[in-house]
Amino acid sequence: MSIIRGEEMVLNIGPQHPSTHGVLRLKVKTDGEIVSEITPVIGYLHRCFEKHCENITYEQVIPYTDRCDYIAAMNNSFGYVIAIEEMMDIHVPERVEYIRVIMAELNRIASHLLALGTNGLDIGAFTPFLYMFRDREYILDLFETVCGARLLYNYMWVGGLSHDLPVGFVEAAYKFLDNFEPQIDEYNNLLMYNKIFVERTADVGVLPADVAINYGVSGPNLRGSGVKWDLRKNEPYSIYDRFEFDIPVGEGIMGSVGDCWDRYWVRIQEMRESVKIVRQALKQLPSEGDIHEAIPRKIRPPKGSIYKRTESPRGDLGYYIVSDGKPKPFRVKMRSPAFTAMSVLDEISRGWMLSDVLAILGSLDIVLGEIDR
Amino acid sequence: MNGLFESGFMLIVGLTIAGLVIFGLMAAIAIIAVYIERKVSAFMQDRIGPMGQGAGLHAGKWGLLQTVADSLKLLLKEDIIPKAADRKLFILAPYIIFIAAFIAIAALPFNQVLIAVNLNIGVFYILAVSSLGIIGLILAGWASDNKWSLYGGMRSAAQIISYEIPAALSIVSVIMLTGTLSMQGIIQSQAGTILGFIPNWTIFNNPFSFIAFFVFFIAGVAETNRTPFDIPEAESELVAGFHTEYSGMRWAFFFLSEYANMFVVCGVTVTAFLGGWLSPISGVMDSPTWGLFWFMSKIGVLIFIMMWFRWTFPRLRVDQLMNVSWKYLLPIALFNIFGVGLWILLVG
Repeated sequence: MSIIRGEEMVLNIGPQHPSTHGVLRLKVKTDGEIVSEITPVIGYLHRCFEKHCENITYEQVIPYTDRCDYIAAMNNSFGYVIAIEEMMDIHVPERVEYIRVIMAELNRIASHLLALGTNGLDIGAFTPFLYMFRDREYILDLFETVCGARLLYNYMWVGGLSHDLPVGFVEAAYKFLDNFEPQIDEYNNLLMYNKIFVERTADVGVLPADVAINYGVSGPNLRGSGVKWDLRKNEPYSIYDRFEFDIPVGEGIMGSVGDCWDRYWVRIQEMRESVKIVRQALKQLPSEGDIHEAIPRKIRPPKGSIYKRTESPRGDLGYYIVSDGKPKPFRVKMRSPAFTAMSVLDEISRGWMLSDVLAILGSLDIVLGEIDR
Repeated sequence: MNGLFESGFMLIVGLTIAGLVIFGLMAAIAIIAVYIERKVSAFMQDRIGPMGQGAGLHAGKWGLLQTVADSLKLLLKEDIIPKAADRKLFILAPYIIFIAAFIAIAALPFNQVLIAVNLNIGVFYILAVSSLGIIGLILAGWASDNKWSLYGGMRSAAQIISYEIPAALSIVSVIMLTGTLSMQGIIQSQAGTILGFIPNWTIFNNPFSFIAFFVFFIAGVAETNRTPFDIPEAESELVAGFHTEYSGMRWAFFFLSEYANMFVVCGVTVTAFLGGWLSPISGVMDSPTWGLFWFMSKIGVLIFIMMWFRWTFPRLRVDQLMNVSWKYLLPIALFNIFGVGLWILLVG
């Protein structure tokens, strides 16, 4: 067509870049502002999680699982410990189950707040990001009273918990939930229904349901595409079958089903559902009880293997654990939901603009600690 | 005035003094505006902002000296010029942007007498020289030899050129009403009241000039690269846009010009639409000193609104930004000219 032929420019986004959510590097082929191909380059945060696990005992793996998805450490160790418990046929006390669910759901809220805030930040909204961090801070304060740590808790142990709930925790949790619920509406008015935000996210980066399933995308990203799949409902683990909650799915309210706006909306709705679960769990929580099941001194699962998956804030988090009867695992494999979410980035961002790529990346909510492991 | 500058020597002395005063003013504006920006953003974000509790150089009560300390730090920082950069253009770029903002301030009327050069084509002059800054932005983007800078430079060139058209067209509707291009003339023609109590400012003159105010102000926000139009330096996309490679004092010059540009845009808005240094209550408190007060406080309100935008809105995408200019603001501005013409013809 035109006489002057431009070349495609290769642009390196990251590993040090404000919106790569860690140390991700994206090799982006661009024609002007239009992106034609994206190659994610990972491994900058690789810590040999799986090899390490082969050289340490089963309990020592738990802190490592915290460090994989450091945004939702509770959920990560939750999946690991219930896998080991299933292998060893341990049944933890009621109180432990409830506390685990409360912690996991609070951490889900904290994780979603961070995901939504940084997604807004990628689009240029600075203030909602800080509001969400403020509320996340209250959850971290709660965790701090429970186990002393604010980010990497090492709270869930095989057969129990590291600490019992402190005095006044239930009241503090209720107070947080009461304050937090109205805050969600404030965020929505400030960011989600903002005309500019809708313009930037609606119909952008549409992830059709079949593509999502083919890539193995799970969690809020899959539900944003309209697929009602949540392991807490579909394959209930722990005591999730005792609670009443809905699974929000993307409905394409502002654009088409599976766009960035839908993924944002699903996370907002999931926070409301998590609040519901925490309320029910706090209500049913047995006031007395042991937080440790009597377990052998050395955790030594019988020979065999298990694949246990749980619903982490990022999706379907699976642990494949092979035991050869020794105190150290023969093999631990972690299936990371963020990794599959990132693999779909190239497919859904082709033809969009450079700014959209970062909006889409933000809406997929990846955590590099979990991708690189 | 001509009598004073008869000899060449006196002319140079006069210009130097005026230049130094404007430079001092720009520096003061930037330092105060940065402090206010930080405090405003802090209060909007549930923080307290700079409080000056750090070790070493104490940044004063409520962090009042924070920006002074920051400027000192910038002065002392190492000046890095990338090896691959086009050295001459790289050094030149910040000064071009700075000079564009600098010479625009010269034509702003602070009160009845305080104006560096009272040109009879003042508005035209400001619109013309403020476009000079684009050259600096493109130079900075190109000379840095950085892909992010290049993106930023190209984006800002497209953006500022697009938004100058609606801005200039909405000023045209003001000129039609006031019948003069002189800044002082525009302000003086807005004296008096409508219906005895509403000030006779252009914004209240007729429905079309009311719309023209918003068109001009939105275009002005875009021309100063502020959120939601800050795509040339979008930190989450382009790292820092055209000034990615700049550091130390050169970077400070970009910063200084950004705030000076905000001041100029708000100054022109106030002059053209909000009665400049005129008192909001006609005939009350209209001495030159009060004139300065009114002018500065009107600008202050507009700058606060710009900051409010910045800390509330997300950022538009580059094509949406062009849509706003070409599909909405430009037709509205053209319609306004037509409307103002009809108004003059029918109402008077």
